[in-house]
Amino acid sequence: MATTERRTARADGRVFRSRAVVMDGADVRRALVRIAHEVIERNHGTDGLVVVGLHAGGVPPARQLAGLLSEIAGREVPFGTLDAALYRDDVTLRPVLPQAATHLDHDLTGKVVVLVDDVLFTGRTVRAALDALADFGRARAVQLAVMVDRGHRELPIRPDFVGKNLPTRLDELVEVSEEGVVIGDLVTP
Amino acid sequence: MSGVRPAARRHLLSIADLKRDELVELLALADSFAEVVDRPIPKVPTLRGRTVATLFFEASTRTRLSFETAAKRLSADTMSFGASGSSMGKGESLRDTVETLDAMGIDVMVVRHHSAGAPHQVARWVRAAVVNAGDGQHEHPTQALLDCFTLREVLAERAGGQAPEDLDGLKVAIVGDVRHSRVARSDVLALAALGAEVHLVAPATLLPCALEGWPIAGAGAELDELLGEMDAVYLLRLQLERMSAGLLPSLREYAARFGLDAERALRMKEGAVVLHPGPMNRGVEIDASVASSPRARVTRQVRNGVAVRMAVLFHLLEPAGSTPGSPEGLAGVAR
Amino acid sequence: MSARIAGAVVVRGGEVVSATGTRRADVLVGDGIVQTIEESLEAPSGALVLDAGGCLVAPALVDLHTHLREPGAEQAETVESGSRAAALGGYSAVVAMPNTTPAIDCASVVRDVRALAETALVDVAVAGAITVGRAGERLVPFAELAGLGVRLFTDDGTGVQDAALLRRALEYAGDLGVILAEHCEDASLAKGGLMHEGSWSSRLGVPGQPALAEEAMLARDLALVRLTGTPMHFLHLSTAGSMRLFAAARAEGLPVTAEVTPHHLSLTDAELASFDPLFKVNPPLRGEDDVAALRRACADGLIDAIATDHAPHPQEAKEAPLEDAPPGMLGLETALSVAWEALVAPGHVSAARLFSLLSGQPARIAGLESSHGGPIAPGRPAQLCVFDPAERVLVEPERLASRSANTPFAGRSLTGKVRHTLVHGEPVVIDGKAQR
Repeated sequence: MATTERRTARADGRVFRSRAVVMDGADVRRALVRIAHEVIERNHGTDGLVVVGLHAGGVPPARQLAGLLSEIAGREVPFGTLDAALYRDDVTLRPVLPQAATHLDHDLTGKVVVLVDDVLFTGRTVRAALDALADFGRARAVQLAVMVDRGHRELPIRPDFVGKNLPTRLDELVEVSEEGVVIGDLVTP
Repeated sequence: MSGVRPAARRHLLSIADLKRDELVELLALADSFAEVVDRPIPKVPTLRGRTVATLFFEASTRTRLSFETAAKRLSADTMSFGASGSSMGKGESLRDTVETLDAMGIDVMVVRHHSAGAPHQVARWVRAAVVNAGDGQHEHPTQALLDCFTLREVLAERAGGQAPEDLDGLKVAIVGDVRHSRVARSDVLALAALGAEVHLVAPATLLPCALEGWPIAGAGAELDELLGEMDAVYLLRLQLERMSAGLLPSLREYAARFGLDAERALRMKEGAVVLHPGPMNRGVEIDASVASSPRARVTRQVRNGVAVRMAVLFHLLEPAGSTPGSPEGLAGVAR
Repeated sequence: MSARIAGAVVVRGGEVVSATGTRRADVLVGDGIVQTIEESLEAPSGALVLDAGGCLVAPALVDLHTHLREPGAEQAETVESGSRAAALGGYSAVVAMPNTTPAIDCASVVRDVRALAETALVDVAVAGAITVGRAGERLVPFAELAGLGVRLFTDDGTGVQDAALLRRALEYAGDLGVILAEHCEDASLAKGGLMHEGSWSSRLGVPGQPALAEEAMLARDLALVRLTGTPMHFLHLSTAGSMRLFAAARAEGLPVTAEVTPHHLSLTDAELASFDPLFKVNPPLRGEDDVAALRRACADGLIDAIATDHAPHPQEAKEAPLEDAPPGMLGLETALSVAWEALVAPGHVSAARLFSLLSGQPARIAGLESSHGGPIAPGRPAQLCVFDPAERVLVEPERLASRSANTPFAGRSLTGKVRHTLVHGEPVVIDGKAQR
């Protein structure tokens, strides 16, 4: 599975060792279905909705969410991706990697954006994403959906839709994929 | 932010310093910025608080504006320094000038100079990162990057969307005053490093006097023999002072032998394109009708110049150890 | 050793260099001349003993080509600082080039420079210009200057472009016992060139100066020597083509001599890849083939002399962009080591031959052979260079005696060190330190 392989190879030579599987593939799927229904309930349908996946981890669940919403509503819900790397407040602190992953063909003015990420942690990525979204128009509202909220916020940001609340230590790592959610540590092999 | 200034600063002085993989990385990075340039609000806050100074000791409005636009679209502050009307006119040395600017805390110096190697000299004296924006007849690295980026777009069109990593197999003829052209020197190196087959076309007086070590497929004075096989024809600007130096008999003779007129353009391959670094001498190296035909990618080059220069500025100001294009870049971000 | 000798110095424990080779001997110097040479000699009481263990004791060097910059550019060098650099480099005499401001083109400037040189550490011979103000238009008063003892005449810095004018100069000066020296550089071919024209200049986009600029003028001048019979000396020849032309002229028996510089024997145009104006020089650093041809010519005896073309420039001038920086590099303090590395270390020439190139032969060309250039023999003026070929020296520009620092060897470690220099019997350099 590409995502895990990529994430297990670190520049500093450390590797990710999983300690516990907290959700399996079916759990993830169920959570997405639940979130889809919550989104529809909250917005009284799908009119004016745009689902935006936050690069890179938020893109697969966002695509699935958009699919589920389209299925439930019986009509296409627009989907886009966003790379907030260029908006981060820590560009000078650590490597960032813009990957031309921003595909937003819609003017967001007046739309309700459902911003999707895999893991909500410090909140800094979401903060950057909000800045980035503003450059694509004035959305009527932005709602945040995450698969896992692991706590440790450094900014006043809270999710609107959560797959699972997962208490973690700061030094732990959470990995999300279609196959499930895994918690583990970075170790020197 | 000054406490976290990256320790290892690099410069962009010459394409000769870059390996193929680095060129590929820079072009891939430029893809991100090309997307930014096309947004309704084409500006990102990435280099907020950084200062980019353009130091042009030789006039060039186009290149300077392109760099300043790139810097502004990354939210960097810009300063511009021109040799006329400055302390250089009062006899201040190049070293004193750049050291003074360096002391103001500039992050990037974009240097254009009439003498080959001046940006290399500046890089030895200052703490700032130095970008060569054209030095004498030596190099013009960002021009070569934007040219390669533009040709990569052409390959993407042919492939139906996805841009290839490099320019493998592309055939390019560079036509005109190669001897005195910094654009040609950078382009030959960049195109060849990316796998293109490069031909030089010029009379002997405008070809470099020694071509040993040049990564080219050939050099000669016969444009018409090559024309039908080329995927791209790169026309260099002919400086009119070449006539008075006795390197050419007349503009008329040059245009007849090497100018890309409508008749020659017809004999080009389907889908083949025409590039020019600007400003064009219409009626000399390029016919007006060709310049405005769909083959000409000149305005696309200008647009891509901003994206490529954004990529260069970003690349130079990235923290040490960041490797664009490598998966560790993102994987290193704890979530 | 009964009579007391004034200023007695014993140079002890070295290998004394002669035309045929070297032999282990001590040298007693006094009254400004060499007194005795013996395998092992007793120092007279009160004599200064200089250790020459492991060293070559050679005739001190003679430079045919030194720019002392005085008058006119004293911020770059003076007669005093340049002669100090010369002494540290193992020289007892230098020929001061006339491209000063004003140029050395009349009797009064000759006298001025001579006066400045009276207290210098080494002997300074003065060369005169060929044309007034080196402008290439009117001839200098050759006879008057020759009467003052000027032996070499040159417009060095530029060549005499006007062939007819040079012809008249050769004809006019033909019976005065002087030598005209040419800086071979055809201005039209060299125009705009900042480095040697070749694959490096093509790659670097730096305007090139073709070898032909030197060779065309050399060929023209050789024809003029053939026509007039007046001897000529060729300054800093630098190309393989020049070596061929010069060899043919020699074979023909023309009265011509030639010098090469240490930097043209050791450095190539590849150095310009750094764009550092320290490597900008005229004639420019050439290609590897040229360097090889120059070394061969030194080994074959074709070349008569190694001359420094010591050309000081202030730091700010050499920190200008390549296009604006003046050409020239320092040479006096590194010449012997650089030439040793280029010629003796790889086995091209013997140590004795190297000192002949740096001392005996240039002394003859400059007309200084009665007091400089050896041989080291009793009764001869004591001009000695004590050189340790085993020691390595790091070139630190800021520690050079020259007022300028534009050495291309900055930061390099060179083979060999001048330990002592004696000029007219006076130890002006002891253990690498100038004594006044």
